Amino acid sequence: MAEPMKIRASLKGDTAEIKCLMNHVMETGLRKDAKSGTVVPAHHITNVTCELGGKQVMDAQWGGGISKNPYLAIRVKGAKVGDKVVVSWVDNTGDKNTGEATVA
Amino acid sequence: MNTMRRAVLKGAGGAGIVSVAVAAGILKPAAVYAAAWNKAGFESKDLGGALGAIGAGDASPSGDISVKAPDIAENGAVVPVEIISSVAGTESIAIIGEKNALPLIAVFNMMNGAEGYVSTRIKMGATSNVLAVVKAGGKTYKAHKEVKVTIGGCGG
Repeated sequence: MAEPMKIRASLKGDTAEIKCLMNHVMETGLRKDAKSGTVVPAHHITNVTCELGGKQVMDAQWGGGISKNPYLAIRVKGAKVGDKVVVSWVDNTGDKNTGEATVA
Repeated sequence: MNTMRRAVLKGAGGAGIVSVAVAAGILKPAAVYAAAWNKAGFESKDLGGALGAIGAGDASPSGDISVKAPDIAENGAVVPVEIISSVAGTESIAIIGEKNALPLIAVFNMMNGAEGYVSTRIKMGATSNVLAVVKAGGKTYKAHKEVKVTIGGCGG
């Protein structure tokens, strides 16, 4: 189910703006299915990490309050063209995904 | 008797999933999750509990944090939010939807040159404040922006 994520990293000065689009249903565990009326179990990303040039620059914890198919952008100083960006996530069912890009 | 047995089995199954998730995390050395998931915070149903769980009960208002969000969100399921913290030495940014069923939305820890900047999209169940809590140098700061929601995004 883990579809590839889209990552863009563009350099402005010495700051890289890393933008990322992930594919995930992000179910809160509160929503009821319209047809059956049963509660849809929680299924959302819990942890996201980002590395730039081999160094971890961000780790995040998420609840179900992040929108479906999450978008995330962060800015990191001291980056240069060609640095490798790695974004990884894990969800509450143990599913996980990793995407890579290079700073352009 | 049978219901008891079910409950035990269910409990064991749940623990199994967690341990598999942990093992999967350990097997991948590139991703180091500094902190596990703040279960107490993310499952807290009231604002006070959520703030307490992230150690922000006494956060002081700060003008150095900017919360950018639309004044009116037509669709509460997708509310773009941008948080810029110019507090020196910003270590983490938490996003909270004050009137959401589960207020704590996300906590971002920044390190190794990452700026106090996060842009993402959140769900909002009702018109309320989007609260940003920033940790820097052992202190917590907060700022907020009200977003009017015309259609809820939390399965209402």
